[in-house]
Amino acid sequence: MDALSFTARNVLLGATLLGVSGGVLGCFALLRRQSLLGDALAHAALPGVCLGFLLTGSKSPLPLFLGALVAGVAGSLFILAAVRWSRVKEDSAIGIVLSVFFGVGIVLLTWVQRSPGGNQSGLDQFLFGQAAALVTEDVILMAVLSALVLATVAAFYKEFKLLAFDPEYAASLGLPIRRIEILLTLLLVTVVVVGLQTVGVVLIVATLVTPAAAARQWTERLGAMVLISATIGAFAGASGALVSASAPRLPTGPVIVLVASAVLVASLLFAPERGLLWAALAERRVARRIRHENLLKDLYRAGESRGEPGAFIPVPELMGMRGQSAPRLAASARPLVDKGLAERRGDALRLTGDGLVTAAGVVRKHRLWEVYLTRRLELPSDHVHRDAEAMEHALDDVAVAELDRLLGHPAVDPHGQPIPRPEALAVEGARR
Amino acid sequence: MSPTLSVLVIGALVGASCATIGSFLVLRRMALLGDAISHAVLPGIALAFLFTGDRSALPMVLGAGALGVLTVLLVELLNRSRRLKEDASIGVVFPALFSVGVLIISRYASSVHLDLDCVLYGEIAYAPWDLLYWGAASLGPKALWVNGATLAMNLLLVGLFYKELKITTFDPELAASLGFSPTVVHYLLMSAVSMTVVGAFESVGAILVVAMLVVPPATAYLLTDRLSLMIVLSIGLGMASSTLGYGLARWMDASIAGAMAAVSGALFVAALVASPRHGLLARLLTHRRLARRLSDQLVLLHLADGGRALPLATIERRFGWTRQRLEKAVGRLEKAGWAERDADGVQLTAGGAAAARAAGAAQLAHPLAVTATES
Repeated sequence: MDALSFTARNVLLGATLLGVSGGVLGCFALLRRQSLLGDALAHAALPGVCLGFLLTGSKSPLPLFLGALVAGVAGSLFILAAVRWSRVKEDSAIGIVLSVFFGVGIVLLTWVQRSPGGNQSGLDQFLFGQAAALVTEDVILMAVLSALVLATVAAFYKEFKLLAFDPEYAASLGLPIRRIEILLTLLLVTVVVVGLQTVGVVLIVATLVTPAAAARQWTERLGAMVLISATIGAFAGASGALVSASAPRLPTGPVIVLVASAVLVASLLFAPERGLLWAALAERRVARRIRHENLLKDLYRAGESRGEPGAFIPVPELMGMRGQSAPRLAASARPLVDKGLAERRGDALRLTGDGLVTAAGVVRKHRLWEVYLTRRLELPSDHVHRDAEAMEHALDDVAVAELDRLLGHPAVDPHGQPIPRPEALAVEGARR
Repeated sequence: MSPTLSVLVIGALVGASCATIGSFLVLRRMALLGDAISHAVLPGIALAFLFTGDRSALPMVLGAGALGVLTVLLVELLNRSRRLKEDASIGVVFPALFSVGVLIISRYASSVHLDLDCVLYGEIAYAPWDLLYWGAASLGPKALWVNGATLAMNLLLVGLFYKELKITTFDPELAASLGFSPTVVHYLLMSAVSMTVVGAFESVGAILVVAMLVVPPATAYLLTDRLSLMIVLSIGLGMASSTLGYGLARWMDASIAGAMAAVSGALFVAALVASPRHGLLARLLTHRRLARRLSDQLVLLHLADGGRALPLATIERRFGWTRQRLEKAVGRLEKAGWAERDADGVQLTAGGAAAARAAGAAQLAHPLAVTATES
């Protein structure tokens, strides 16, 4: 701590506290699909801050906090009432509270500033946040409030969890849903007010939602999500404070938000199970396998029509079968050649012995499925090819064996073409 | 044009152009996307400023417009990945973009006049002196031209694509099946929102843009069930908010943009309370009328059932009502000439018996219709 100035220590503590409490409450807001309520409450707090100053004439944190709390509660009640008793939808209600309360706040702020004797400089740091202006008194208040919030969440964890996942069930158990909802909103208002001075009105929503959204990618369990989210929030808060202290003109709030956003992007891409990168890779693997299987099958069928499944097939003919470009076909063919499933001579390709067995397996799936569709589902034989084109890549060996048994080991498909048996081909391939 | 008139006209133009496009945002439940766009355009404006070095209108409009569309794309991308719900997607995208904007401005542009307070709550009061030049000749305030152009664009858009906007807003499935692409209309609308926000942003600030996009249309939504009327009403409300807000600001010597937002909020509250059909007062009155009619009919049918005079105390006990509620219902039946009181209590008149038979028949036909029959 010696390396840090007194101010920097305050900022570091404040930002970390905010990160933890915002991260925890954000989880519940996210799961209840009320991510943007925090945004509205932050904006709604502004007139309260001004009123707190007007009524007490002091800029010490407590009256300003109480004013913000009252205004935040009024805003959230307004949203609840408008949605419940009128046709106004939630998104409009949130937008109205956000802009109108903020407008009233700006009017009060400018009015206070222009009224004689109103030395109010410092109130507008609530707009953009000015972490550097945090004094020890502020940090103590933030610590007390954060502790209060965390203790309340711990005490009502079960109730909040039920409310987040299944409010109807919670109501049927006889829980006072309304009151729990109001308690949760109160906590949200408290966190928002804690964050106002550090990150400012606009960015508060990110300290709630972004860590929670990142944490959601790593787990399916609420308990773990809350812990991860609090950790991400604390990390973003602390590193944001340190980074912004390291260079001039780097405001703390935006840096915190960008660190949290970076963690979110990484989580979206790399989280196990839900990571988009893994999903994309898996999709590419499947697409590649389908391309290879299709080429094997095309080689087999072209050879079959010549009366010799292992015959060399000119590349232009293969390109014509699926309307593929030359580079695309070459890209599919290369791995087959490398794996010893196909061989190349000049401008022609043919299946090797192993390739013949693999290709026969694919053709077999296709034709068995066609038999199944025409016999069991009684589809006309000219309607089954496209469906079989998809199923041949999806059926596994067990399903194929079962299909074969179910259909009584058919020898030909509905178009009269033979259904190959890879075992027989394997023997033949070994002879060749 | 005097400065006061300029401000009034600019405010009215902003109100009208935001209201036109905001009506569709409110109906499509995308009000908060408007909020997101209005904040997320900041880095576009900052970058345009960084590259051109001055505050000329066109690069800023282009930069901000691009960022607006980028916001919509990112939100959709996150939605479509099914890793985040829509509210969360909005909630993570716009603060990140806004942060980038704030950092660019505070790192590279803090010395120039692109100050952050103005971004949030704007300074329409300075707009009359920010002039647009053609060569050396002044063409009048820049904001007048920019917001006039967005208003014209929005009116043109709504005029040309009214049918498409209407059908994709109210019944996207039907629209798709009829061959109108909801996606194309969606992006058209979002581009228009971005352009509108950008146009209004500099003169009135992000928050007032949100207020003008959402509040007048939501107010109009409480006043009418017709889309065309809703758009016209929102435009009127937007212009009224800006004009009255200017007056309020002058009177209080406070922020003009803030006062305009406050007035729009006051108009909304007025509509919320007093709208003839959808207001809270109307709801309350309807509710009371229905409750009263139900009480009357219950007493009427009960007396017809008994076929003789019943003491009020008996009915009170059987129904478990307060004496006050019963007295009121009996009083209304007496006034209608359907019941009369004597020493034994209350009993039906001939007219009352007929009314009870009619109500009873209606109830037999539609057991739940008691409250709907006219008394």
